[in-house]
Amino acid sequence: MKIPFEHIQAAHCENGVTSGLLRSVGITRITEPLAFGIGSGLFFTYIPLLKVNNGPAFAFRTMPGLIFKRTCQALDVPVHREKFRSKEKAQKRLDACLDAGHIVGCQVGVFYLPYFPKEYRFHFNAHNLIIYGREGDRYLVSDPVMEMTTTLSAYELERVRFARGVLAPKGQLYYPEHNADKGGPATDELIARGIHKGIARNIRDMLHIPGPITGVSGIRYTGSRIKRWRDKLGVKKAGLWLAQLVRMQEEIGTGGGGFRYIYAAFLQEAHAFHPDDSLIRISDLFTRSGDLWRDAAIQAAGIYKGRLGSQADFDQLGDRLFEIAALEKQAFQELSKTKWRS
Amino acid sequence: MKKEDIPQDTGAFGKITKEVQYAIDAGGNYTTGLSKGWEVKNSANDAAWQDIEERVHAAREKVMKKEASPLLYFMELKLMDVKVLAGYTGFRAWRVRRHLRPDVFKKLSDRRLQRYAEVFEVPVEELKSMMPQ
Repeated sequence: MKIPFEHIQAAHCENGVTSGLLRSVGITRITEPLAFGIGSGLFFTYIPLLKVNNGPAFAFRTMPGLIFKRTCQALDVPVHREKFRSKEKAQKRLDACLDAGHIVGCQVGVFYLPYFPKEYRFHFNAHNLIIYGREGDRYLVSDPVMEMTTTLSAYELERVRFARGVLAPKGQLYYPEHNADKGGPATDELIARGIHKGIARNIRDMLHIPGPITGVSGIRYTGSRIKRWRDKLGVKKAGLWLAQLVRMQEEIGTGGGGFRYIYAAFLQEAHAFHPDDSLIRISDLFTRSGDLWRDAAIQAAGIYKGRLGSQADFDQLGDRLFEIAALEKQAFQELSKTKWRS
Repeated sequence: MKKEDIPQDTGAFGKITKEVQYAIDAGGNYTTGLSKGWEVKNSANDAAWQDIEERVHAAREKVMKKEASPLLYFMELKLMDVKVLAGYTGFRAWRVRRHLRPDVFKKLSDRRLQRYAEVFEVPVEELKSMMPQ
């Protein structure tokens, strides 16, 4: 069976799944940037003690799952979320949902995801996709980062739903409850309040989390660490670590510039709900920040491609991150002075 | 970034699908465009894969010198570490670590080897010899 569903490509999987699932319950106005902003998606952290794929652990966005959770909460949409021990039960539950006629979001790992190119199949477990039907043995898949819909066999789907390692999905599926009579259509007022709350939470995450490794101070911290990497790790390993930073920043799903462009787009859309012109101005600051992140990536590429490699090059890169930190600090401080309609 | 500046340097992903990028149009408003890839991140990916190849090569040497069991080679080949491999096979991590010893590996039953073979997507024979059949 096939549930009527329009596949819309998105930059980031969770934003795409969120707006797709909300559309399925009749909330059509939540675009990708709105979902990202209401869910307070923008973030930065560098966790020096954690290693991912033999390199440092960076994140440019908030914890997986939170964007969907917060956006639904803001719109008064109750969410059903379920993890499984048993693979059989996980599949039965999915089939039951599809039989009942609603589409389902699934968390999956990408390592065994057959339609991904081999070069992208790392052990990354926080990918999201929508299942919108089943034909024979094949599940119909809308993966928001792909241009087209695709399909997975029952075995392939089971394998990615039960991927192992960090953030193992454990067959997790989720969808907005359909008996959502208390939710109703998302009104302007609800969306406006959600935007306000999303921004307030993002200000907290970027400016006020104690400790040096998160938010704006995390960016500064990374900058000062990078300056030491050359001596500590040697040029080659330092280059690999920088390549890791660039991949986290630019890889599929960020919309470019480590999600900063999506956030800038969100602020422009937010202006329609909160007609305070400072939002447009602050949006420009985030565009600028995204540009700076990309400039820093170009500088980093010079190092891991072997074109650059002196201590001065590392220092310069570190300074670029200081500049970004200062700019984002300014942007969030100005956001905290915005006048809200609600 | 301006929409006309969205890079179109085809990378591994660009061969399969284009990705959405956010950028501003002539009027300063945000819009989306499709990108085939960006040279800067293509080369970041290349650097990562080159490192993986070196690790796989080093693992192979170690196995040849009987310093590790073939599991090490396949583990590196599949980008896994002991924890991930333990997760997929259902063995405890300390067990996987033991199986990385050549002498212990040699005594493994076919049933256990089969569990590894399935995770690594190779026949058991290849798992033992590291030679594609």
